[in-house]
Amino acid sequence: MAEKKTCDLFDCGHRACGGCGAALSARLVTEAAGPETIVVASTGCMEVFSTPYPETAWKVPWIHSLFENAAAVASGIEAALKKQGRKEKVVIMAGDGATFDIGMICISGAFERGHDFTYICYDNEAYMNTGIQRSGATPYDASTTTSPAGKVSFGNKRPKKDMPAILAAHGAPYVATASIAYPADLMQKVQKAINTPGPCYVQVHAPCCTGWGFEGEQTIAIAKLAIETGLWVNFEMVDGTVTKVKKVVRKPVTEYLKTQKRFRHLFKPKLQEAEIAHIQAIADKNAEKYGIDIKVPPKKE
Amino acid sequence: MMEITEGSHAVAEAVRLCRPQVVSAYPITPQTHIVEALADFVANGTLDADYITVENELSALSACVGASAAGSRVYSATTSQGLMLMAEVVFNAAGMRLPIVMSIANRAMGAPLSIWNDMQDSISLRDAGWLHFYAEDNQEATDLHFLAYKVAEDPTVQLPAFVCFDGFILSHTYEPVDMLTQEQADSFLHPYNPSEKLDAKDPMSFGMYATPDYYHEFRYETNEAQNKAKAAIQKYGKEFGTLFGRDYSAFVESYRLDDAETAIVAMGSMCGTIKDAIDEMRDAGQKVGLLRIRVFRPFPIEEVAKALSHVKRVAVLDKNVSLGSRGGATAIEVRDAMYGKTIPVKGYILGLGGRDIRKKDIKEIVKLCEKGVGDQFYGLKKELI
Repeated sequence: MAEKKTCDLFDCGHRACGGCGAALSARLVTEAAGPETIVVASTGCMEVFSTPYPETAWKVPWIHSLFENAAAVASGIEAALKKQGRKEKVVIMAGDGATFDIGMICISGAFERGHDFTYICYDNEAYMNTGIQRSGATPYDASTTTSPAGKVSFGNKRPKKDMPAILAAHGAPYVATASIAYPADLMQKVQKAINTPGPCYVQVHAPCCTGWGFEGEQTIAIAKLAIETGLWVNFEMVDGTVTKVKKVVRKPVTEYLKTQKRFRHLFKPKLQEAEIAHIQAIADKNAEKYGIDIKVPPKKE
Repeated sequence: MMEITEGSHAVAEAVRLCRPQVVSAYPITPQTHIVEALADFVANGTLDADYITVENELSALSACVGASAAGSRVYSATTSQGLMLMAEVVFNAAGMRLPIVMSIANRAMGAPLSIWNDMQDSISLRDAGWLHFYAEDNQEATDLHFLAYKVAEDPTVQLPAFVCFDGFILSHTYEPVDMLTQEQADSFLHPYNPSEKLDAKDPMSFGMYATPDYYHEFRYETNEAQNKAKAAIQKYGKEFGTLFGRDYSAFVESYRLDDAETAIVAMGSMCGTIKDAIDEMRDAGQKVGLLRIRVFRPFPIEEVAKALSHVKRVAVLDKNVSLGSRGGATAIEVRDAMYGKTIPVKGYILGLGGRDIRKKDIKEIVKLCEKGVGDQFYGLKKELI
C-alpha cells in the first residue's frame, strides 16, 4: 500500500539520488495539491531528474520553460485558465537558485500583479544541478564549489537571504516555511496556500545528500536537526503577520553542523569556535525573532 | 472598411479582431502605441482578453509561453532591446512549438542607444525558429497578423511568428488601411483549439530536457515545420486574397522586374521609396526592378533564385549588418540562393539607426552596382570616421 502511494502523482522511477529531499518534496506537494493541478517547473535538479525525454515522473500537467521565468510562465497559465473558465490550480516548483537569485525579477513582478498561484521553493541551499555552487539561499560558512572553505576562507560569507519576508512585503496573503521532515505540516501548508486566492509562497527545506555531504538515509534526521537547532524555522505568515511557529527544545547548532561535509572545515583540522559561535548567534536570533524556544523548567537539585 | 489610421493603431485593431485571450507586453518605443491601444480595448470591453502588465520583456514572452501552452491564443509586441531581453524565451517558444504571434516595430540595437529604425533586432534572431514576416506598408502590417496566426496555428506548422514593421516609419505614420470587420476576421481565423495543451484531464509534460540521443531531431523537426510553413503561407495567403482581395500567397513581390537588368532586393518600408525611385529610373530609360521579400523565414530560396535568374546584376539592400561578415543578412541569403550562377550579387548596408533612405540613394546604389562596386556600408559620413 505504501508503495502504491509513493507512485501517485509524482511517480517513482525518476533519477534523483537515494535520499533526495527535493524528490520527497515533489511527492508531498503533488499529493497535497491533487490531480487538478498544473505544475510549472524551473530549470534545476528536479526538472532534470524527473523529465529526461521521453520519460516523465509527473502525472499532473507539467511545464518547464527556462531557469528564471517560472513565475511569469505561471502568470500566463493562470490568465489563460481564467479566460477559459477552467479551475485547475497553478503550482510552481522551483529550486532556491531559481527563486532567490535568477528568478527574482519574474517572481517580484508576478507577486506584485497578484496572480492566483502557489510558489513552492524546494530549498536545498545551493545550485545542486550544476555541481553545488552557492546561491542566495546558501547558509553562512557552508562550503560549496564556488564558496569553498580554504586556508583563508570558512566558506560562504553571507547569511541566507530572507525570501519569505521579501514576498510577504509584496503583499502575499500567505507565506510559509516547511520541511520534508514534517510531511503533514508541509502538506497542510501547501493546501492552505493553494486555497488562498492570490500569490502564495511556501519555502520547503529539502536537504541534499550529495550537495551537503551525508548518507541518503540521514535526510529526514538532518532536516529535523535544522529545526531543532533553530537554523531553520517552520512558520506561517498570513497577510504579513506570523501566525504559527514550530517550537522546539533547542539543541546546539553543532549537532546539525557536524552531520554534513559542507561544514566539516569548522571541526577539522581544528575546531573553529568563533565561526561556530557566529552560526549559534544566527540560530539564537532566529529563536528570538520567531519565539521558537520551549522553556524547560530547571531541574530541582 | 477604409480608414486613415496610425500604423500602430491599425496593428492593434487587427490584433483585437484576432481575439487573443491573453496579451502580455512591456512598453518600449516605438511599440508603445500598439500596447496602449490594446490596453484601452481591454479596459473598454471591446477585447475580451487578460492583459498582463509584466515587469519586463522576458516575462512578457514567458507569460505568452504559459498561456499558449495552456491552450489560449496569445499576443505580444516588442522591439530592439526588449526583443533581446526576450531572446532566451524566443528560442524556447519555438522549440516548444507554441504559435505565439508577436509584432516587432523594428528598431536599431544599442550601443549606442538608438530608438530609431533598422532591422537588426528581429534579423539577429533569425535562427530561433520563428516565422518572419516583413511589411512594406500599414495595410500589409495589418493583414499579416491574421495570416501569421493562421499559419502559426496550423497543425502542420505550430511555430511562433514575428510580424515585423519598421518602427516610426510605419508604426507612427498615418495611412489609409482597409480594416476587416469582426465577421470577416472570424471567417478567416477560427478559435484556437490545440490538440495538446496543459490540461488536468489529459496530463502531459511540456519542455522536458533532451539528451544528445534526442536533441538533434528536435531541431530537425522545427526546421521541417519551417519548410511546411511554406505550403501553409501559400494556402492561407491565397484564401485571404480570395476573401478580401489582397493575396499574400507569394513570399516575394516583383516590381517591374520582368525585363530588368539590375534587380534590387530589399524588405520592409524602404521598398516604397525604392519603387518610386525605380519609376523615375525607368522613365530615364534604366532597366531596374525590385524583388521585395515579405517572408524571411522560411526563406524563399527557390522563389528568389527564379525571380532573379534573368537579371544581369543584383543589389541587395540591408537595414542590418552581420558584423564581421561580408554584409547584411538579406545579402547573405540572396547570395546563397544565387550560388552557382554567374550573376553578381552586391550588398549595401544602409539606413542604420533610422538614417533616411532617399530616392537618390537608391539611384546611387544602382550606379554603384552597375560599376560592380558593393558589399559596403553605403552613405558613410567620411568626417565621422
